[in-house]
Amino acid sequence: MTDYTSTEQKDTRSGFGAALLQLGRTNPDVVALCADLIGSLKMDAFVKEFPERFFQVGIAEANMIGVAAGLAIGGKIPFTGTFANFSTARVYDQIRQSVAYSNTNVKICASHAGITLGEDGATHQTMEDIGLTKMLPNLTVINTCDYNQTYAATLAIADYKGPVYLRFGRPKVPNFTPVDQIFEIGKAILLNPGKDVTIIATGHLVWPALQACKALSEKGIEAEIINIHTIKPLDVEAVLHSVKKTGCVVTAEEHLMNGGLGDSIAQLLSLRMPTPLEMVAVDDKFGESATPEELMVKYGLDVPHIVAAAIKVISRKNS
Amino acid sequence: MVSTTEMQALATQVRRDILRMVHAVQSGHVGGSLGCADFITALYTSVLKHDPANFSIEGHGQDMFFLSNGHISAAWYSVLARTGYFPVKELATFRKLNTRLQGHPTPAEHLPGVRVASGSLGQGLSVGIGAALAKRLNNDPTLVYTLHGDGELQEGQIWEAAMFAAGRKVDNIIATIDYNGKQIDGPVDVVMPLGNLRAKWEAFDWIVLEMDGHNFDDILSTMEKAKEMTGKGKPIVILMHSHMGQGVDFMVDKHQWHGSPPSNKELEMALGQLDETLGDY
Repeated sequence: MTDYTSTEQKDTRSGFGAALLQLGRTNPDVVALCADLIGSLKMDAFVKEFPERFFQVGIAEANMIGVAAGLAIGGKIPFTGTFANFSTARVYDQIRQSVAYSNTNVKICASHAGITLGEDGATHQTMEDIGLTKMLPNLTVINTCDYNQTYAATLAIADYKGPVYLRFGRPKVPNFTPVDQIFEIGKAILLNPGKDVTIIATGHLVWPALQACKALSEKGIEAEIINIHTIKPLDVEAVLHSVKKTGCVVTAEEHLMNGGLGDSIAQLLSLRMPTPLEMVAVDDKFGESATPEELMVKYGLDVPHIVAAAIKVISRKNS
Repeated sequence: MVSTTEMQALATQVRRDILRMVHAVQSGHVGGSLGCADFITALYTSVLKHDPANFSIEGHGQDMFFLSNGHISAAWYSVLARTGYFPVKELATFRKLNTRLQGHPTPAEHLPGVRVASGSLGQGLSVGIGAALAKRLNNDPTLVYTLHGDGELQEGQIWEAAMFAAGRKVDNIIATIDYNGKQIDGPVDVVMPLGNLRAKWEAFDWIVLEMDGHNFDDILSTMEKAKEMTGKGKPIVILMHSHMGQGVDFMVDKHQWHGSPPSNKELEMALGQLDETLGDY
């Protein structure tokens, strides 16, 4: 299998912050807004270098989304920053009316997504945000897997005209995607070819999916690993092409089963190519306080669960 | 700038349009629309710096208007059509299948004049402030105007926006409140009292002006005064004293006309009070 190595652990949010600074230097229309979480969103460098293009809105997320919509109407490219929960559920109608339906060029950038927010607990964790955002017409939904991909995605969405939800996280995770990999919105990335099972992973579950691939390989199972970073629009052809070959699928994500990537894949396959499918995701539960690592194990979002799901789905295929 | 006589004639025709549009589909909001007809007429004929033939979403070099209380779309659509944004005959498509004149305004149908979806109340002030910030960044000296219902001020986002605009010295925006004291469920003071509205806005550090929303001379002089107060470090709000249903005697000050369409007989009675000054659509 393709050998992916990680020499460093970096947080995806720092990839966002670094790219935002780069955008500040290269695109004068880029502006940023934050609801009292500059440090958490790693926006400090942009704020320092471009104070006139940064708007601190305080703890008032609804206003932040509306102001961003107005800035976009006036020709700017606003990037909003707060936690994923406060970027979505807290301001859902503002996104629906002033951003998605109005098709304003707002980039909603959301850190601390998923259960890996950790110790603050379920009040601040969100595992519903992909579902909420992907339901809104016009809104592109992206969930990145490491520092490099988050950096590249942040640059890419500035060049794309239209509303985007960009989801990333808090913890340091392996940084393994090539630093020069072009980020194409809506384009899946084949990480490892295989013939026995397709594992489709997004966000923080991509690295564990690669580790699962190794473990499966030792059992003689050749897993095809696909990284879907753009949840919407979904790369339908990439999914169907792979599934046609392997005949069974595992999806893996740091999100609820309801509304997540797995749900999108299930919908696609049931309509176009009914195929055995297993989901590695959280089944209709809120999270809780603990370290990110502990939570990923307790909620079944780890290598052993991906391996088990792959073995199970292959046996379903063969039965 | 047109004369107040011409403005009166246009506003009267706008009122006929509102009633006929809402009656035709038996849905829509006549009360607030009639109450704001004079203001929106004055705004588009004599206040805004705008070029209807060259409308763009970005609005560089032109004043922008955001209707936050989007349910009074009939009044806005009529004024937009009659000031050259789109053909007057298109008013006949209001709220019908495939229309650009959706029940509540939206840019999704590419109707000239509309920049954001509105009517989910409380959002337009934030959007207007954002547009004002864009103008500031673009060194564009033109202004942003917004209109809100008084009941709409019950939405929390309005006060988030009010705090932000003052805190960030957004001084190129003029917000107007349709202060008619009525909302769907009844008088505003019964549904959820606003208290001392002037004091509230002043406490948020806005410049507060008041005007009679049915007196063109007062509207024009107040808007002129508001313009003169822009660029001085504070946002401006105008409390516009108005009457829901203005222009039709049996509708005036009756909250029941917030969202009720007139019957055939009521339409006939209402149109009988409003001369066809510019020709019906």
